Amino acid sequence: MQRTLFDKIWDFHRVAQRADGRDLIYIDRHVLHELHAHHAFAQLQKQGRPVRRADLTFAVQDHTVATKPGRDDETNPSGSAFIKAMREGCRNNGIRLFDVDDPEQGISHVVAPELGIVLPGATHAVPDSHASTVGGVGALAFGCGTSELAHILATQVMALKRPKAMRVQLEGRLAAGVGAKDVALRIIAEIGVAGARGHVVEYGGAAVRTMPIEQRMTLCNLNIEMGGRSGLVAPDDATFAWLAQRPFAPQGAEWDSALRYWRRLTSDADASFDREVRLDCATLEPQITWGTDPSQVVGISGRVPDPATLEESRRAAAKSAFGYMGLTPGTPLVGLPIDRVFIGSCTNSRLPDLQVAADLVRGRHVADGVVAMVVPGSTSVKRDAEAAGLDRVFRAAGFFWGESGCSMCAGGNGDRGEPGERCVSTTNRNFENRQGPKVRTHLASPATAAASAIAGHIADARQLAPGAL
Amino acid sequence: MQPFTAQTGIAAPLIKDDINTDQIAPILHARGLKEDYRAMLFHRARRREDGSEDPDFVLNKPQFRNAAILVTGENFGAGSSRESAVWSMLANGIRVIVAKSFADIYRENCLQNGLLPVVLGAQLGDQFIARVVAVDGGAPFTVDLLTQRISGPGGSDIAFEIPAADRTRLLEGLDDIGLSLKHVDEIASWEARAKAAQPWLQSARDSR
Repeated sequence: MQRTLFDKIWDFHRVAQRADGRDLIYIDRHVLHELHAHHAFAQLQKQGRPVRRADLTFAVQDHTVATKPGRDDETNPSGSAFIKAMREGCRNNGIRLFDVDDPEQGISHVVAPELGIVLPGATHAVPDSHASTVGGVGALAFGCGTSELAHILATQVMALKRPKAMRVQLEGRLAAGVGAKDVALRIIAEIGVAGARGHVVEYGGAAVRTMPIEQRMTLCNLNIEMGGRSGLVAPDDATFAWLAQRPFAPQGAEWDSALRYWRRLTSDADASFDREVRLDCATLEPQITWGTDPSQVVGISGRVPDPATLEESRRAAAKSAFGYMGLTPGTPLVGLPIDRVFIGSCTNSRLPDLQVAADLVRGRHVADGVVAMVVPGSTSVKRDAEAAGLDRVFRAAGFFWGESGCSMCAGGNGDRGEPGERCVSTTNRNFENRQGPKVRTHLASPATAAASAIAGHIADARQLAPGAL
Repeated sequence: MQPFTAQTGIAAPLIKDDINTDQIAPILHARGLKEDYRAMLFHRARRREDGSEDPDFVLNKPQFRNAAILVTGENFGAGSSRESAVWSMLANGIRVIVAKSFADIYRENCLQNGLLPVVLGAQLGDQFIARVVAVDGGAPFTVDLLTQRISGPGGSDIAFEIPAADRTRLLEGLDDIGLSLKHVDEIASWEARAKAAQPWLQSARDSR
């Protein structure tokens, strides 16, 4: 029988079928963060249940940590209790924690792949909906709640109903200045915020094959914004080259065996998918959201849509978004004055994201009245960026250069905008109040965010600095 | 987990699609480990700009203050995986959510906590919404998981579907970890097989 990549990983990891019909899927790598883990530690302690495989479990401090240089446990007072509970829970259970001051601390979805903790063909779980970011290296990852987190700690399996399989074929070659963020926003615009619900999505096609691994992670990161259960890209030579020598990846002879296995991790030629979507990427321009859900997207040269031109099911949401966003139909996106720019989050905080932004702002300055922040996705990314001099470029241009963490993506660490501010953000959710009460978020790529910071209004990076892209 | 058999109570209509978990259970800046889940539910939507209660928000209306059933649109619970978006429902006495559809992770979180997620689909959903709006909290509905029926004012009983396994789990209030640990021998033998077939999966050591 012809099988998809998802089928192959699922079938290998299927331990048993439970009495209630759910498959028990073994989780090879489990990564916790401080916002939810303390509940699970307390639950297991109360039930007298040990952690089954502490050696396959890792933990990070990311959601509540301050980004201010020189930060410690107390810099964000409301994060302090979470940080300390995480430290204690990890100590009690023998779990490797990338703590606030660890040289490899960072956002779970950035840290796990960059250290080689997640691998092609491996299963992965995080109590966070953006778990599938690591699908970019060919891992099958599931976001989960707190009860499921406790379940995985106690059993090392998840009890899941088998999702359906979907393929998104990305054809053509991306133009200069257009990247994975733009592609993902366009897919979500096409199929909607629930378009992939119940499905594991495999991203394929020429546009994906030429994407660097970091961009594949951006693509898979946004999978949840169209409701997908998980998303992944079949690994290839670029993946293997990217993972080689990473500290937690197999080494030596074991690497060679792994590589032989990983080369077979593709969907069979005639494997059938429950759903297929195609997108021609050759004509794509940079994309940006105008509304309050990630499907409310237009090309950067576009205008806020007239609801009459939208599908009927999307009109009510559009009308409600106009009021929140302070926009009227027909307004061009380019030229909208902005107050804030955020470059960071599990979506766009890896080194190439920061390089693109730095190349655009080099020798320029953030516009008057705009507060602009760059928050690297991990302390390793921060160190590498500093070695390349990017921190100096950003600081000279008037950006804040922070310590690594989730920061303004969900504002759980106190980094937020002020009411009424318009913010161009490289994050994943433009929900009402997410980046601060009444903050108006426009999701876009690092290039668009950087260009907008310089211009003081939403801008097309290709016009600001065609040579830099 | 508290078993669920049937619930009789007021049904509150919150008729919107794609209500996300940031709306249901916002991350508030001032917070701690012991959170007030009762106050968290729709914290922003319930309040006006000056912090006072918004009398127009459905759960603030006198007839819906003790609602046990929330009735809503498509894709309820989209976004973040935070389980507080379920705990905050339970803390307010809401034991049933009737939606046209649910986001995957949110539905799983409901099942983990004895909160019944009822999917009615678009057409049946609209019919039920019309009845809930018409009665305006004046009389209760009953959602019975044993018979898989919703009964109440304004029409005949509505039958709903739920996977048999999910139904059993809710009816018996089963311990999910306990269910999986019945397979502990198979988990151990899978680990042994994986160690032979893909040894790198069973070991996550820092090579430095």
